[in-house]
Amino acid sequence: MSDTFFTKPPHWEWFVIIYFFVGGIAAGSYVIAALLDLFGDTRDRPVVRLGYYVALIGIVVSGALLSMDLGRPERFWHMLIESKRGWPMLKWWSPMSLGSWGISAFGLFALLSALMALEEGGTLRWARLRTLRAGFLGKLIIVLGAVFGFFVAGYTGILLSVTNRPMWADTHFLGILFLFSATSTAAAALILLGLWRGANDTVRWLSRLDRGALVLEFLALIALVISLGSVARVWLSGWGALLAAVVLAGILFPLALHTRAHLLGRLSVPAGAVLVLLGGFLMRMVIVLSSEGV
Amino acid sequence: MAEPMGFYTDTTVCIGCKACEVACKEWNQLPAANGGIRQLSGDSYDNTQRLDGIHWRHVKFIEQFSEDRAVGRWLMMSDVCKHCVQAGCLEVCPTGAIIRTEFDTVVIQSDVCNGCRDCIGACPFGVIDINPASNTAQKCTLCYDRLQSGLEPACSKACPTSSIQFGTIRELHQRAERRVQQLHDQGEKRAYLYGADDNILGGLNSFYLLVDQPEVYGLPRDPKLPSRNLFVSSIFSTLGAIVFGLFGLVSLRKRRMDEIAEGTRVQTPSQGSSDV
Repeated sequence: MSDTFFTKPPHWEWFVIIYFFVGGIAAGSYVIAALLDLFGDTRDRPVVRLGYYVALIGIVVSGALLSMDLGRPERFWHMLIESKRGWPMLKWWSPMSLGSWGISAFGLFALLSALMALEEGGTLRWARLRTLRAGFLGKLIIVLGAVFGFFVAGYTGILLSVTNRPMWADTHFLGILFLFSATSTAAAALILLGLWRGANDTVRWLSRLDRGALVLEFLALIALVISLGSVARVWLSGWGALLAAVVLAGILFPLALHTRAHLLGRLSVPAGAVLVLLGGFLMRMVIVLSSEGV
Repeated sequence: MAEPMGFYTDTTVCIGCKACEVACKEWNQLPAANGGIRQLSGDSYDNTQRLDGIHWRHVKFIEQFSEDRAVGRWLMMSDVCKHCVQAGCLEVCPTGAIIRTEFDTVVIQSDVCNGCRDCIGACPFGVIDINPASNTAQKCTLCYDRLQSGLEPACSKACPTSSIQFGTIRELHQRAERRVQQLHDQGEKRAYLYGADDNILGGLNSFYLLVDQPEVYGLPRDPKLPSRNLFVSSIFSTLGAIVFGLFGLVSLRKRRMDEIAEGTRVQTPSQGSSDV
């Protein structure tokens, strides 16, 4: 029996599950928007701007969820500042400590990028933002934001692994799984928003991107199950059945819809996106609650 | 720094009186569970059942009986925080609330803890939990306040059989080894020390004399630090980010190449097109 079965669950439940989902979409949206921003063309601009808006709104909601989940929400700042000495509080080897700084930095880049997007879209009139967006600094902000986006997308899985809990601490594949799931759910969210804005060309590319992300997510999930060995028995329960349903309806079926667009006609791409979002949420729910329940 | 202090618990002389539980609750002013209404486990004399935010000491009652109950024994063990030399809780705590004291013990500062609960899942022994009175993570402090005043912890002071012994780690190790030898001489060859050497998390400042496998007492055989997973998990995630980034770049390039081939190429922003 794994030594992880002698430990206690940390009571990370709904706020944390929703954060993992929303934070993943925020981070993935930024990464995808940055890719399109730096290497796309003019017809991608509406989706680029939407991606930055989703990133900012998502990370603000994430911060609120994480603070609400604390036993003492008014002490959320203890994550960043040593409360007794007033110095910065950072342990690079603690994913929660590093993650608090990562979320803060990502939030800053998401804010700057969203402001530049608002200026580009004509909502905000601020000449300095236009200068910033056009110059080297603007590009640097996007690149650094994407790096922090990748960090936020993946560190949540590593946070679970850097514990002593059954399943979470018995694999090295949670970080990469969450990262791929963040990109697939973000692509799905941007597909729906892109369709709403009539950015059909970009949506076509997003559909191809989501296909790749879903394949990578599926491979990461297989590697995770294999790496668990006998610990995978925690899924010999309703959780395992739900996970199987997630794989079928949230990964494989959307993959088929993205690959063969005639399956559901015009609804194929949006239906696939909705299923990916649902699957991404349920996957996090299974991973968090199946270990919490041990 | 003062000399490292800790507990040596000889489980062979524990009688399950729970004086340690009561003394701990009294000194540390810990609330009763369930509003003081007694909860029975239904299959044992164990009524508190676990260590958590309001139970910093817990006497385990392990019943080992044959099917017909003709042969059997009780194993009793007063469980507590192990005050690990390499402490998983202290390692992950993001606020700096968990500290190592001058006595080499591990203490959660309740006025710093914000209740993130990372330490609960990180503890290899399942010791820590939230105290609903403060909504912060709490556990045994090895009576840090008493130690600072030159007093011994409340639990060991109250223990009527000296099952729980307090002292310097060096002295406790000597005492415990003598006791193991005594038991071996008397024919109890199963006696051994758990956590006395540095093989388990660099050593446990609260270590045990046991007469059965660690798992029987609810103790992990080879507990590890949470950070053991950090490096490899981070490498995999970084590789994942690189693979996805490259995939995105390649698919954008492919779109451009396909459109050039079809003659439907759209201008890039740098080519002077206006906003869409």
